[in-house]
Amino acid sequence: MRFNEKELVSLSRQPSERAAELGMRGPKKGDVVKKRLVKLIVNFLFYFRTDEEEPLGALLLEQCRVEREDDLAFSIAFLDEAERKYLFECDTQEQCIDWIDSIIKASYEFMRKNLIFYRTEIHRLTGKDPLEQYGISDETRFQVNSGLPPLPAPPT
Amino acid sequence: MKLNERSVAHYATCDSPPDKTGFLFKKGERNTAYHRRWCVLKGNMLFYFEERESKEPIGVIVLEGCTVELCESAEEFAFAIKFDCARARVYKMAAESQAGMESWVKALSRASFDYMRLVVRELEKQLEDLQEGARGAHGKSRSFRKSHHQHQQQQLGASSSRPKSAVPTGGALTVSSAGTSTPAAAPVPCQPEEAHPQTGHAKENGVAWSKPSALTNGVSETPGVVWDADGGARGEGFRPPPVPPRRRGGSGSAQGSLESPFSPETSCFSKLHDWYGKEVAELRIEWLQSQ
Repeated sequence: MRFNEKELVSLSRQPSERAAELGMRGPKKGDVVKKRLVKLIVNFLFYFRTDEEEPLGALLLEQCRVEREDDLAFSIAFLDEAERKYLFECDTQEQCIDWIDSIIKASYEFMRKNLIFYRTEIHRLTGKDPLEQYGISDETRFQVNSGLPPLPAPPT
Repeated sequence: MKLNERSVAHYATCDSPPDKTGFLFKKGERNTAYHRRWCVLKGNMLFYFEERESKEPIGVIVLEGCTVELCESAEEFAFAIKFDCARARVYKMAAESQAGMESWVKALSRASFDYMRLVVRELEKQLEDLQEGARGAHGKSRSFRKSHHQHQQQQLGASSSRPKSAVPTGGALTVSSAGTSTPAAAPVPCQPEEAHPQTGHAKENGVAWSKPSALTNGVSETPGVVWDADGGARGEGFRPPPVPPRRRGGSGSAQGSLESPFSPETSCFSKLHDWYGKEVAELRIEWLQSQ
């Protein structure tokens, strides 16, 4: 599958949400833990060999599961191949917890759900749709799923 | 550079809702003719397929940091996706109608993660403000919040998805809170329609898990006694309990112990706990008596 690699590499140089040197082990049998500079930028996790400018690789963090493996380690697995886990080893428990938290919140889907929640809640409290003022209330991605109270259609 | 391509391709076709789909003409790289592609926009990723029924995308354009512009072209309804990096490729696209072009340009230019984050933070603050208003919080933090709030609102009107123009620093957001919320800890939405296994410590991003009873930013399912949109609990003469006063020298409850009158001994937690417990109990009596 083709992807715009140059632009992705450029993205890996942007300021990160979180960056640290962690031990990282790939998902294949026989992969060993290696020291990597890991950077979380938007919904991507980039990993570099220490002191190298070009990332070795990137993981898109959508549709993934993050699990605490032990005191200092967590894993990321993707829902389409849940047995293949990427393992990350941290220096402290706190660091481990912080990384897990950041990665969970790093997906577009997570943000979308929060947005829908806030929109519904604000509407419930005020009777107004907070997205109307920005002219984005009818965008598909902000629509409330079934199971939540429907919002009235915006005035035309 | 490696990418978890299989999983990215899976994301394209999984049942998470796409933000926009439709046919677009895409100018090829080697073969510079325009090819008709079925396009699926999900978040900040634009996938393109050979056919609508294709199981796997041919490719994906990661849209983070891009700008979308109308462009001059022999092709009708043409626009371009551009990036700000060196030797970046320009993706020339064309829609099948004027309306289609406008719709796609709008959707693509707001597709960035940063834009979404901006909107979420804005709504998060609005909700915090609503809740603080209910608790009767006052103080100088309010005016700062207002001006910052307006600044954010202006930025939301922008249609470019270029991150540097749009994102306020996260640090600024923490100043305004009355101390009860942590902007970094987003509340967890509770959506009953998704069934998913709750295994030990596993958490799936993008999938809701059950809401804890007390969320850090004070959002709760049941309307609190103080705030009720329907006005139910807001009886006449009802007011929220006062915030415990800041500890000051010589104030109220003299403990008659070895601690200084300014503050309880802080080295022993249980003592500190008891001290505050007594203070809270006294306040509660005071408040109940004033009702």
